[in-house]
Amino acid sequence: MKTLTMSLLCGFIFGLGLIVSGMSNPARVLNFLDWGHRWDATLALVMGGAIAVALPGFYWVRKRHAPLFTDKFDIPVNRTIDAKLIFGASTFGIGWGIGGFCPGPSIVAAATLQPDVLLFIIAMLIGMLIQHWFSARVLAPDG
Amino acid sequence: MNTWTSTPFEPWTGLAGGLLIGIAVVLLLLSIGRIAGVSGIVAGAMTKRHFDQHWRFAFLAGLLLAPILYTLFSGPFPVQMQLSSLWMGVAGLMVGFGTRLGSGCTSGHGVAGIARLSPRSVVATLVFFGAAVLTTNAIRYF
Repeated sequence: MKTLTMSLLCGFIFGLGLIVSGMSNPARVLNFLDWGHRWDATLALVMGGAIAVALPGFYWVRKRHAPLFTDKFDIPVNRTIDAKLIFGASTFGIGWGIGGFCPGPSIVAAATLQPDVLLFIIAMLIGMLIQHWFSARVLAPDG
Repeated sequence: MNTWTSTPFEPWTGLAGGLLIGIAVVLLLLSIGRIAGVSGIVAGAMTKRHFDQHWRFAFLAGLLLAPILYTLFSGPFPVQMQLSSLWMGVAGLMVGFGTRLGSGCTSGHGVAGIARLSPRSVVATLVFFGAAVLTTNAIRYF
């Protein structure tokens, strides 16, 4: 129960941060990515602010043996920089640069019920499922 | 021809929102030991069948609760699409496929990954930012 409450709370704070910062507005995101005459630098402060908290925060948390409400930390251990990482990040970046939405902000923006936001999310879920299928059948058929 | 919505530079609300995001990411790791990467949480909620699945749904519920309560207490917030529905569909497909193939998005790689000094995340963040900047500028100026 504590696990669920904390997850809900963290999701809520995260979502609030996306709205307050303006990251949930694709127009603002695209004006940050557009380095022409419209450049809106706000998102540099969003990323900077988040990392300024998370960097010392993670350092402090990881000195603990375990989290507060579960047995162990579940942190990625993969350290290889491979073609999947580069190709995946490039594909994501192009999609982000087209629409101005990354996953978190799109979910927050779904609350406005704008059809194009919902369309983006459905397409994103399909894209995720295609990758899931692709990884299972093509990249690791025996896995 | 498109006209692009301009947005003002708002450093203080940007910074405040960033701090909130940072707090949420640290709090999730401290309390349940998980990385707050939204693409992984969304995909995991659809594809994983683990006993500890439910935290993902709880996080997503919180993520949806934020705009609902924000709108109730503070009024609507701007969400301004810049391209047609077709483009938004294409963008969604690429974001979904790409974030999963690359194991993360702006939150998982860009904030949490950089904060834990993961070389994979630093590389992924540079690549997706580079690709995004090139794409947006290509669409707007060519």
